[in-house]
Amino acid sequence: MRCLPCGEAGLLVELDDLEQVLAMHAALQEVPPPGVVDLVPAARTLLLQLDPALTDPGAVAEVVRFTTLQPGAAPAADSVEIAVVYDGADLADVAEHTGMGPREVVQAHTGQEWRVAFCGFSPGFGYLVAQDDRLHVPRRSTPRTRVPAGAVGLAGEFGGIYPRESPGGWQLIGRTDATLWDVERDPPALLVPGTRVRFVEVGA
Amino acid sequence: MTGSGGSALEVLAAGPGTTVQDLGRPGLAALGVGRSGAADRPSLRLANRLLGNDEGAAAVEVTLGGLTVRAVGGVHVALTGAPCPLAVDGRDAAANAVHWLPDGAELSLGMPPVGLRSYLAVRGGLDVPPVLGSRSQDTLAGLGPEPVTEGTVLPVGPAPQADPVVDAAPVDPPTADEVVLRVRLGPRDDWFTDEAVRTLFAQAYRLSSDSDRVGARLEGPALERSDTQELPSEGMVLGSLQVPPSGQPTIFLADHPVTGGYPVIGVVDPRDVPLAAQARPGQTVRFRRSAS
Repeated sequence: MRCLPCGEAGLLVELDDLEQVLAMHAALQEVPPPGVVDLVPAARTLLLQLDPALTDPGAVAEVVRFTTLQPGAAPAADSVEIAVVYDGADLADVAEHTGMGPREVVQAHTGQEWRVAFCGFSPGFGYLVAQDDRLHVPRRSTPRTRVPAGAVGLAGEFGGIYPRESPGGWQLIGRTDATLWDVERDPPALLVPGTRVRFVEVGA
Repeated sequence: MTGSGGSALEVLAAGPGTTVQDLGRPGLAALGVGRSGAADRPSLRLANRLLGNDEGAAAVEVTLGGLTVRAVGGVHVALTGAPCPLAVDGRDAAANAVHWLPDGAELSLGMPPVGLRSYLAVRGGLDVPPVLGSRSQDTLAGLGPEPVTEGTVLPVGPAPQADPVVDAAPVDPPTADEVVLRVRLGPRDDWFTDEAVRTLFAQAYRLSSDSDRVGARLEGPALERSDTQELPSEGMVLGSLQVPPSGQPTIFLADHPVTGGYPVIGVVDPRDVPLAAQARPGQTVRFRRSAS
């Protein structure tokens, strides 16, 4: 673990892998160090945003160093099923990249449990990880200027669903009608860090 | 439509970049929602203090002037930040001071001679519906109140108990000269060459016209990386100096993304971020190394 200050109001905690990030996020969410106002989990790091009037990166780093991680401790979160029509524009490309047929891609996507590692990119966009690496594919070489809301995609070690129409470079394999983001809902994001996700194939 | 205070501001001309802002929505970063809020927070707070409001009441953030509003019901207003020439029904009025707009009065803002962003606050605060606890328009995430355009009616909340106690605040306008920003290195300064770190503190940068509430983009000597591997996406704080492959740094402002995929060489001191938010395209920016 490395603790890297981000100016006066941030501490970036660099961890070995995503499992450790999730465990540290869970531990610090349970007992937030004094003066910490926000936690931002990401692929390999956890950012602690501080109120510089109350604390400083050095003091928070001390607390982080003494935080015991429970191996495999995942934040308590719901599990959701997401119904997907697998007719994405990049399904054939993903099949080619992975050396599987399109049907096998769908089976790999629906056949394992995914988990929300972190959110970013836009409100409600969850970065999902699965147990095996069969679906790891590069981003599209040319991002699309317009990806529709509900598009289900893959990029690098992650899966994701676009909560609203936006530009995007992920490989699109399907689409869902699930409401990923609703400001009237609490929490507004369907996929919060820790949520377990099962994809279920449905007909068009 | 008027607010629970019974009055409102009707927008007759919106200017090039006008949004409603308060102090933002902290605590939601794990859901992918950034804080947003006023780009120059001290100026928003000052405008509210002048009017006896809560410091975090919502006001209008105006970029490079151009806003004209008509009072619906009488309201007290104050303008802070970039000192736009200010006219009430054609008569000149001063910035950083409290003005009474009777029902139907028109207030118009010219282009400020210095600075970029002005705050027009109204006693009682703007009472547009909050989204996730804030009335800030997050331009990157598309969250918060609708954009302010010609014809927008901004309802005003009830006046606070406290009366304004001063008529005017003696504050310096934003500088027209070089802007100097204190920077603490990290978290990813070790991804850059020693020469890049020297360059950052030795050379001047110019603020690009391609700047907005997300970031102040800079033009100048490229900052060269020593480590060219891909950086996994990671959390970013306000004031981060992110360096994309072009080597030209961007200072992240109020609507910056929650996470980013390019290394941050250093972070602007939170006290200096408002200076960065008031720098105009073409203005010179220099970085001074602060102790770490």
